[in-house]
Amino acid sequence: MRTSTGARVGQYAALLAYLVFLAFPFLWLLSTAFKPPTELASLHPTWIPQDPTLANFRQAFDEQPLLRAALNSLLAALASAVVAVVVATPTAYVMARHRTALARAATGWVVVSQAFPFVLLIIPLFLVLKNLRLIDSVPGLVLVYVVWALPFALWMLTGYVRAVPAELEEAAAVDGAGRLRTLVSVTVPLLAPGIVATALFAFVTAWNEFFFALVLLKTPEKQTLPVVLTHFIGAEGVADLGPLAAAAFLATLPSLVVFAIIQRRITGGVLAGAVKS
Amino acid sequence: MTSVTEVRRPAPRAPDPSRGTGRAVDHGPWFLVLPALIPILVLSVGPLLYGVLLAFTDAQSGRTEPTRWIGTLNFQDLLHDTLFWESFRIGLVWAVGVTVPQFLLALGLALLLNQDLRLRWLARALAIVPWAMPEVVVGIMWRIVYNPDAGILNETLRDLGLGDGRDWLSGLATALPAVIVVGVWAGMPQTTVALLAGLQNTPRELHEAAAVDGAGAWRRFRTVTWPAIRPVALAITALNLIWNFNSFALVYVLTNGGPGGRTRLPMLFAYEEAFRYGQFGYAAAMGCVMVAAVSIALAVFLAGRLRGGDTA
Repeated sequence: MRTSTGARVGQYAALLAYLVFLAFPFLWLLSTAFKPPTELASLHPTWIPQDPTLANFRQAFDEQPLLRAALNSLLAALASAVVAVVVATPTAYVMARHRTALARAATGWVVVSQAFPFVLLIIPLFLVLKNLRLIDSVPGLVLVYVVWALPFALWMLTGYVRAVPAELEEAAAVDGAGRLRTLVSVTVPLLAPGIVATALFAFVTAWNEFFFALVLLKTPEKQTLPVVLTHFIGAEGVADLGPLAAAAFLATLPSLVVFAIIQRRITGGVLAGAVKS
Repeated sequence: MTSVTEVRRPAPRAPDPSRGTGRAVDHGPWFLVLPALIPILVLSVGPLLYGVLLAFTDAQSGRTEPTRWIGTLNFQDLLHDTLFWESFRIGLVWAVGVTVPQFLLALGLALLLNQDLRLRWLARALAIVPWAMPEVVVGIMWRIVYNPDAGILNETLRDLGLGDGRDWLSGLATALPAVIVVGVWAGMPQTTVALLAGLQNTPRELHEAAAVDGAGAWRRFRTVTWPAIRPVALAITALNLIWNFNSFALVYVLTNGGPGGRTRLPMLFAYEEAFRYGQFGYAAAMGCVMVAAVSIALAVFLAGRLRGGDTA
């Protein structure tokens, strides 16, 4: 279809406006992270640091236990991703292949769970985990993250299972393979890319999560990265901008890397789900 | 990430001709659902019901006396709690104020990204970035943007000669709008991606046929594009409303509900009630009210969707 030159110019202008709107906060964060204190105090801050420095990063690590927090986050995110995928894959398979009452109930729950206000969930979870002595511990947090990641994991995986032709499984069944065996040796290998994407998505979700971590982890040594980041902001809301920006930038890197890897698949997964909804 | 490689391992072709597991076949689906069903029941459905029950008790944190049933006393108190209703109102303003611009902006971006433009790849990559960032970092980032002295916003305003700028996040009048802008920014990716998926599902031939018939851009959008993306648009808008109404981390980091409660979303209010003042029962009652509000919104949405199904 031909588009007039005027319309094209308008389209590029709009696209440029979007690019600026989407990118400028992140660029400003980067710029702030590399500025020395004198420039941050200046009333006329510049986009490019005039005297770039790494001092903010050093100071960030000195002020808060960032490394330990990152390790806690990594543990929680890895464990949640692995457990969520291991638990969700068989269920997603049933949801995609069998129209049983249970599968329908699971689909309904995936939808309903999006409407939970976390506060109604966190108070009882807090009490339950307290009784189980799992409060203020990373394993307790992982339990919560797994349940929290399940709806979306089930949704994504169900879409991927539907994409695997059922004829392949029928062929395996004709050859005498049992259901479990068919699942493990035929379906799972074909699902592998989808499983990886789902696991990575669960990883990022857990890595970024704040509310549950804030409520459940009280000991500073056990807190995850997002919780520790908020410690840079003092009680009066005054923050040491340089180290804050440096730490925030570092905390984002893993998520950005993982998202860059799965971007295409996420889009595909959402597409599969959205079109069917 | 080690599991990822383990999952890949099984060889794709290994149909063993030996039979033997045939008897278990009929129970297969139930057995396969259990690993997900148990955690869902124990850690999601169960606590949810428990939470609803708590709303009818005087449960408090760290109290030694046993918790008692107090009927609907929490709800009666809540009815007269003007602070809560103010917070509820702010929550509604926030949810609608974020969701509507978010949808319009995301629709515009999705339409652009669906065109054959240069730099489209860059916009696509950038459009995903807010999604990947931890909400806490988004909050921190915008605090730095809004910073009265070292922030880029005030500096730009000064450069343009539009006054000295202001302290956006602590001004009574500017705090909520400033926070809403951040909400819009942070939620654009999901909406854009969903709408783009819908657009790519639009039948191209129809579009071309309409163009041949001389339909203008707006007419083509209304008669061809919109009907095709309508289900996706409705679904993502409903989800956005719910997500935004229940949001917490962004505003916690940006203003912590201040100044003077002007940005205290219901989630922040309930969080403080539960974990600062230890009023578990009362906070659970607030949670119930929020669930009710969200359920009504969902019901309205579903009704609208069914109506749309009739006309389509």
